[in-house]
Amino acid sequence: MSTSKYKYILLIPVFLLPVIAFAFVPALFAQQGPNLGRPLTPQEIRNIDITVEPNGKGLPAGSGSVSQGAAVYAKNCQYCHGPKGEGKPFNQLTGGVGTLATAKPVKTPVSYWPVATTLFDYIRRAMPLPAPESLTNDEVYAVTAYLLSIDGVVPKDAVLDAKSLPKVKMPNRNGFVHWHPKPAR
Amino acid sequence: MKNPKVKKAAKVPEETAAGNGLLNRRALLRGALFSAGLAAANASIAKADESIGTHAPIWMKTPGRSFSGYGMPAKSQANVKRIYTIVPGDAGTGSSRTPLHLLEGTITPNGLHYERHHNGIPDIDPAKHELYIHGMVKRPLAFSVDALKRYPMETHIHFLECSGNSAVMIAKQPEQSTAGALNGLVSCSEWTGVRLATLLAEAGVTKEAKWVIAEGADAAAMSRSIPLEKCLDDAVIALFQNGEAIRPEQGFPMRLLVPGFEGNMNVKWLRRLNVIDRPVDARDETSHYTELLPNGKAYQYMFPMGVKSMILKPSFGIDLKGQGLYEISGLAWSGAGIVSKVEVSVDGGKNWTQAALTGPVLPRALTRFRLPWKWNGQPSVMMSRATDETGAVQPTRSDWLAQYGPGQIYHFNAIQGWGVNANGTVKNVYV
Repeated sequence: MSTSKYKYILLIPVFLLPVIAFAFVPALFAQQGPNLGRPLTPQEIRNIDITVEPNGKGLPAGSGSVSQGAAVYAKNCQYCHGPKGEGKPFNQLTGGVGTLATAKPVKTPVSYWPVATTLFDYIRRAMPLPAPESLTNDEVYAVTAYLLSIDGVVPKDAVLDAKSLPKVKMPNRNGFVHWHPKPAR
Repeated sequence: MKNPKVKKAAKVPEETAAGNGLLNRRALLRGALFSAGLAAANASIAKADESIGTHAPIWMKTPGRSFSGYGMPAKSQANVKRIYTIVPGDAGTGSSRTPLHLLEGTITPNGLHYERHHNGIPDIDPAKHELYIHGMVKRPLAFSVDALKRYPMETHIHFLECSGNSAVMIAKQPEQSTAGALNGLVSCSEWTGVRLATLLAEAGVTKEAKWVIAEGADAAAMSRSIPLEKCLDDAVIALFQNGEAIRPEQGFPMRLLVPGFEGNMNVKWLRRLNVIDRPVDARDETSHYTELLPNGKAYQYMFPMGVKSMILKPSFGIDLKGQGLYEISGLAWSGAGIVSKVEVSVDGGKNWTQAALTGPVLPRALTRFRLPWKWNGQPSVMMSRATDETGAVQPTRSDWLAQYGPGQIYHFNAIQGWGVNANGTVKNVYV
């Protein structure tokens, strides 16, 4: 069945074969496998694909406000991250804006992370530590809005959803230099 | 009893190299210095009414114990353990270190491989675990563990190093701890598995694809963006470590292996590969594993681990016991390929002597270096400096620090020093 699509290979002049092989160098590393991959259904992919991209691709339906987020935070986050994300006993989540080029840089999600989608992606997959993947999509939007409101990155009446979250302008959005693929020094 | 006659060891002319007692590495390769050639003549002969057991240790006079299903180290090795502290309330997050100073050779025993977890070690049922490949592929696929075991396998020896290894070396005052406690977030194993390119070819990567987002099945769903060209080059889905199924701490039933890249990118408990056209700025490539520069900007997606080496013997806790001949020994590695040279100094960097690389010398693998040293009892400062096949050389600590903003720890690969005082006590010193 799958041989039919390769039948035109026979029409390629022999002297071109080395050239063609060279064009597919990465494929040469692949060995012939027994083709045991089970096809994934679109529904299965929807269930497992939790990646959120900086342009918002992958963000789910739902929304959450700053005030809703304050309640989610008090219940699920504050015992580790302190009031208003100030930190203690664990990571500081807010503050530090404008400190990166100083003698005491304070790297927080608000001061350091380049895009707001990372907050949503990470909270949804990994937080709260004792019960990851337990917050609803609405709750994750809400707590993201709350954390970003503390330093004024979003207004106090903000409501975040799949459209508004990728548009949030993070303070350090121009702060990163991609080292890959070219060494920068 | 008469003392048996002892033949005098043949006098070997010592070849000194740079001075301060460092001897030429060729002397080591010949093994001449260590073949003392003590041949005892006319050893004692037992009396007629004596059994030889009179002079034998107890374990030669009683039958040994029986077989065991899975062997364990000797009882006396109980101190050879990973080094870690548990943070109350956060028991599954953090790291444990390999006791490098208590090990030899280049391969790390599986139970001593360093660990770095982001929310504990998942207890995965391999019968229910699949590897998913989807995104910019023609055929999204799931692979069971049993299915992967039918694919052609490859075996490679590679180091893994946490990008945060040796972070304590940026402290203002040198921390007085063992080499393993300071630098033990590096280990080396023989990994066996399926070339990722084989699975990507089966899924049929489309031409707009540029990156692969790798995700683990742990309680952090830890994810990293990996360049597609690395996935098509030497990346492996590792199922076996040093011949046995990969340990739970190392990603059972499978982990991604991206040789030479930051340890964190070798995603454990690998569950999902999402083929897309850009990196995603995941938490562990923004918050962590980025390098703040003095001007407030930061490097992101800096993947290969730099060339690095360290002396393990002698080192803190492994003191010198009086003047005489010692072997300086340590490990070197580079994420860029083969270690081409390791030089050793015992005078704080004034003079350097090339050490022997006592094989195997493999790309992106721990490499053992050795050099004989005749210590004269004077205070000394030992250092090692590695060069890799690209010509990259370990920087000094001050040069390394000057590259980055305050408090930056990732990719620390500077030259390290051990001070030896006249008593032979070894301390961590900045050089």
